[in-house]
Amino acid sequence: MAFAPPARHLLRAKDLADARYFEPLEVDDLARAAGLSRAHFSREFRRVFGESPHAYLLTRRLERAATLLQNTDRSVLEICLAVGLRSVGSFTTSFTRTYGVSPTAYRAAFPPASRQAQVPGCVVRAYRRPQHRTFREDGAPERT
Amino acid sequence: MIRIANAHLWVNDQEEALEFYTKKIGFEVRMDATLPEMGDFRWLTVGPAGQPDVAIALMAIPGPPVMDADTAEEVRNLMSKGFAGTVFLTTDDCRASYEELRARGVEFTETPEDRPMGFDAGFRDPSGNSVRITQVRELAAV
Repeated sequence: MAFAPPARHLLRAKDLADARYFEPLEVDDLARAAGLSRAHFSREFRRVFGESPHAYLLTRRLERAATLLQNTDRSVLEICLAVGLRSVGSFTTSFTRTYGVSPTAYRAAFPPASRQAQVPGCVVRAYRRPQHRTFREDGAPERT
Repeated sequence: MIRIANAHLWVNDQEEALEFYTKKIGFEVRMDATLPEMGDFRWLTVGPAGQPDVAIALMAIPGPPVMDADTAEEVRNLMSKGFAGTVFLTTDDCRASYEELRARGVEFTETPEDRPMGFDAGFRDPSGNSVRITQVRELAAV
């Protein structure tokens, strides 16, 4: 078997958390990706990366949630599920602990997503044209 | 300096496309906003996590008056035939990306092949849009 430094296994787990945070990943899955027992994995991960794998995965999810709160108009529940968390209660608690404000308050600090959306001018022009554009000329005889 | 901000793809179903491009391809949602003043037009953009300044807008095919019914039908026809548009992605390792995406259920229409420009594979999104993923060969120093 080819030699691989131990940190490479841990990086595989870290990459998995970064790439697949929206799936129902748990620390057990990360440990499996690293090929280590859960207890050994958690200890080694913390030693190498300075925080527990649980905290790393959670903060990755919260960071994405914060972005989605800012850039989308999805509900808090939808965002909670979209970042791989299942309980909106614990999501709100973790979010508030991390950012100092609740998800709703965090969102309220930014303009609504609909105001931030940089919709191209051509699209705005096409979609904002009034729908009732008949001024009775349709049925009128063509002018000569 | 002119740079690319967004390019758009027509999609049959924005939710389906969103699911595909985020969960299977691994892109991130950049913006998802519905604008009531534009008849609930949904501006939905996605892009690769490591490339924050370029995104693909996943655009629903509009109805009249934005697009007349015949044109919308033509667009759907072109999409179903795979001629509506293509996204060209690049990767450091085509075979690894192929294996990764295939494991997530992406159905490839072409497995990685060695071509003059590099290793290249292709798949379709749920609307039929073609997506290529290429590991561009480094040009020999001249």
